Amino acid sequence: MSTNRLVDGVNVASHYRDATHQYDSNKEGIWLFMTTEILMFGGLFVGYIIFHTLYPEMFAEGATYLNWKLGFINTLVLIFSSLTMALGIYYCQVNQRNKATLALAVTILCGAIFMVIKYFEYTHKFHLGIFPGEKLNLEMVKPEHANLGLYFGFYYCMSGLHGLHVLIGMGLITWVMIKNIKGEFNSKYFTPVEGVGIFWHIIDLIWIFLFPLLYLVG
Amino acid sequence: MGQHSSGKNYINEEPGLLSWFGTLDHKRIALLYFVTVMFFFLIGGIMALLLRLELFAPNVTQNVGQILKNGDVYNQVLTYHGAMMVFMVIIPGIPAILGNFFLPLQLGAKDVAFPRLNLLSWYVFMTGAALAICTFFSTKVDTGWTFYTPYSIRTNGAVVMMVLAAFIMGMSSILTGLNFIVTVHKLRAPGMTMFRIPLFVWAIYSTAILQVLATPVLAITLLLLAMERVFGIGIFDPKLGGDPVLFQHFFWFYSHPAVYIMILPAMGVISEIITTHAKKTIFGYTAIAFSSIGIALVSFFVWGHHMFVSGQSELAGIVFSFITMLVGVPTAIKMFNWLATLYKGSIQFTAPMLYALGFLFLFAIGGVTGIILAVTAVDVHFHDTYFVVAHFHYVMVGGTLMAIMGGFFHWFPKMFGKVYNELGAQLSWVFIFVGFNVTFFPQFILGAKGMPRRYFDYIPEYEQLNKISTIGSWLITIGFLIGLYTMIQALRKGAKAADNPWGSKTLEWQTSSPPIMHNFDHEPTVTAGPYEYK
Amino acid sequence: MASGMLFAMLLMNKAVAGTFMPEQGTDIARQIDDLYGFLIIVSFISCAILIGGMIYFAMKYKRKSANDKTAYITHDTRLEVLWSVIPLIIFLLVFAWGWIIFHDMRTMPKNALEIQVTAKQWAWVAEYKNGVRSSEIVVPVNKDVKILLASEDVLHSFYVPSFRIKQDAVPGRYTAVWFNATKLGEFYVFCTELCGTSHSSMVTKLKVVSQADFDKWLITESEVGLLPIAQRGAKYFQTRACASCHNVNDAVVKVGPSLYQRWGKASVQSDGSKVIFDENHVRESILLPQANISAGFAKPSPMPSFQGQLSESELAAIIEYIKGLN
Repeated sequence: MSTNRLVDGVNVASHYRDATHQYDSNKEGIWLFMTTEILMFGGLFVGYIIFHTLYPEMFAEGATYLNWKLGFINTLVLIFSSLTMALGIYYCQVNQRNKATLALAVTILCGAIFMVIKYFEYTHKFHLGIFPGEKLNLEMVKPEHANLGLYFGFYYCMSGLHGLHVLIGMGLITWVMIKNIKGEFNSKYFTPVEGVGIFWHIIDLIWIFLFPLLYLVG
Repeated sequence: MGQHSSGKNYINEEPGLLSWFGTLDHKRIALLYFVTVMFFFLIGGIMALLLRLELFAPNVTQNVGQILKNGDVYNQVLTYHGAMMVFMVIIPGIPAILGNFFLPLQLGAKDVAFPRLNLLSWYVFMTGAALAICTFFSTKVDTGWTFYTPYSIRTNGAVVMMVLAAFIMGMSSILTGLNFIVTVHKLRAPGMTMFRIPLFVWAIYSTAILQVLATPVLAITLLLLAMERVFGIGIFDPKLGGDPVLFQHFFWFYSHPAVYIMILPAMGVISEIITTHAKKTIFGYTAIAFSSIGIALVSFFVWGHHMFVSGQSELAGIVFSFITMLVGVPTAIKMFNWLATLYKGSIQFTAPMLYALGFLFLFAIGGVTGIILAVTAVDVHFHDTYFVVAHFHYVMVGGTLMAIMGGFFHWFPKMFGKVYNELGAQLSWVFIFVGFNVTFFPQFILGAKGMPRRYFDYIPEYEQLNKISTIGSWLITIGFLIGLYTMIQALRKGAKAADNPWGSKTLEWQTSSPPIMHNFDHEPTVTAGPYEYK
Repeated sequence: MASGMLFAMLLMNKAVAGTFMPEQGTDIARQIDDLYGFLIIVSFISCAILIGGMIYFAMKYKRKSANDKTAYITHDTRLEVLWSVIPLIIFLLVFAWGWIIFHDMRTMPKNALEIQVTAKQWAWVAEYKNGVRSSEIVVPVNKDVKILLASEDVLHSFYVPSFRIKQDAVPGRYTAVWFNATKLGEFYVFCTELCGTSHSSMVTKLKVVSQADFDKWLITESEVGLLPIAQRGAKYFQTRACASCHNVNDAVVKVGPSLYQRWGKASVQSDGSKVIFDENHVRESILLPQANISAGFAKPSPMPSFQGQLSESELAAIIEYIKGLN
């Protein structure tokens, strides 16, 4: 049963000895969860690699429809956002609330930029008739490989699942930003910000693998 | 320690039904799972009875031959039987019920690491379960619980809804596993080193590792199958350049570790029951603990033994067969260690002990038939026949279900503070044990004779054994009904239970029956191992 | 003493293998049964030790009083090693033994008689090199036969219990399985991968005949073209798997409507219209099954279209056969 009590100014659940005990456990929990996320994306990567090995020319053809410049900009945006996220955590740790709020807001903005660029990429493809799998418009696209839809199935699945996680991350950062504005974080307690930060860094890391696999290959 | 003077415990402390649905107490959450999982077991069981009724006689036989409308209905019933039992009963089963209740207690902790996440796990589980049940009222799924492609891509059933349901229930499993790992790492009482934790905790811990590492792969597999059906992506569809056997690889990569998620907790329960009810220290604590971890890790490398005739290469078959042999060793080690624990013990034939002995009997048979199936040349004949059906029911029902029934009776006094009727519980065991063998032993023979599984009808020479098997299923049913009745009667009219009626040494028995809300009056300090019966 | 025990085990082996396994139709079946017999004996002994030991201890160490003192034995490393190593050795032994036989099963013989077997929902169709099509698989005795498996739709699995062979038929590729039948007779072939409604009816026979009979059969079958038209139609009705869904002996529904005594009669379609069961109706139903769904039957129809798959001659023969179903 969880009845909280204040220990050194921090709300600690009754089944934890002190704030450090709670903090360590929470961090371990978040890392375990991120392991499952990595494994899930890993399954997609394995599938991608298998089919890339089976149909290398088809994958090369598919990649020509991807704009590597936009992908590169997105990569820079996310890397920068990881920096601002880390700054956000740091400022919380040193009790600089306003700077923390700013850093978190910039992170959300970066996420938004990422999603907007994604939006343009997707709508441009839809305009060309590029949809996943069987829905690929063969008359409009006139691909060399009849099953090009397989490539775009992977493209949309991988970038789509990633994009979904970016959106979820933006929501989570908004949540901790609001908590920060309300003054809930200080040098003794910043677990949620750090947890969200870990989530955001892993999402960034996954993109760093996605970008070359999708955009730079072929 | 001891009876709490105010008479308050986790059951009566916060009254009202609503307090249960918003509870953060691991014990109450365990009971939420208890009621729902048992309900799903009932439905899955009825499906099984329907299947066995259909198989009572070949379809040409007048009146009793064909019960179900056609092969489609039969395939639907077998799908729901399998999917419900796997995803809604056996995988959550022991971890979510007994694990939730007793992991913190056995560690001397007040709760699991993340109580709110624990409640969320239950709600996520129920959401997935509700979605699965929805498919029942839409177009039912008929692919078998294994969803092999391309049939699962082409068939009319609500496959997408069903795999999303399984995806959601998988999330619940991940969250529970994650919770338990952190609990074991961080919330052990002072003095409780990793080698002083009870073997039930080792079992739950190994299972949790599997839940966290394996389930994400199921998640992506099911997601890809859903995408395949909705968008025709083509990864598993040969018409679009995909490979149906790839689905099998993806699917079994999770589903083989999943069967160890099903059996490891059961093995943990057996360690607890045998030591307590024979009042003897466990033989080979370290061997059993390391075997649990060993089984968990090696289980990731054997998935291809479900696929010897799938079209995978001869080399792959050989490698998977070899590694499967390796995973048989830690399993054998455990069985011998339990046997040795009985030596020079003081054995009481309480219902829990009967269920534990029943486990040893049935799992021995299940285990050796697993080795038989792991031999490539022999598996070619037995794959997809009733021999396999008999094997996995021996280990899952003969193993896990025996353990869960034994665990329920063993921990009943602690969970509810009431004494159950020993004769009723023992009688339930007799019917379940005998009925189980009558149902499933003939299926080994049917498989040897060549009867394939998932068959709606069969050639006349299989009739005799099928009849015997069906009659067995009725005996099992009687056994469970007696067991259920015994528990309900105990809840209503049972005498007050003592704190430690069995004289057990593990920490959960050193607090009141039922436990107070935060488990222990004072945090226990541990100075010795959990089985010091001297 | 040891050789006596060995001899007893061998006898048990044969007995066990013989009792519950189907008749051995090939030499490999015999080899597998020997291995299986060994496995049964070893399993039996292991279970006897475990279960027997358990029952013995349970009785001998039954609780006598509430104050019983039990022996405090925490472990024994020698025992631990013993019951790790001995099972491991046995497991590796059967693994290796199985590997030898498995390798033989997976190595396709050269110069085998090749038969193309295609699985479809829900029948097996065998096609021989000389063009003969058959719903039953006929082979000569004592000859290496290689089955090239294909599937038209979903996964199926080709299983001959008496030969102890099994191989999945995977759509999109070929798989193969071989055997050398040493006994004359008829053996069951089952589909053993869930493939839909009539999965359990996808049963056919594998007939092992003498070389002379086989040669004769091949010729007779290839002369199907010389048969009277209705008899030809009866053949196609089998080899095209119409029989797996349409009953011709009485009015009982299998999967699709029965074709018994239908000719010339009126029937109601799913859209309420009435049709006469004549040549044109039957032709359209075969080539465009979705256009003619009978009342009370599933939409869309699970019947595959035979457009482009039947010549006019074959169509006419099938229609003639259906005409005569009285």
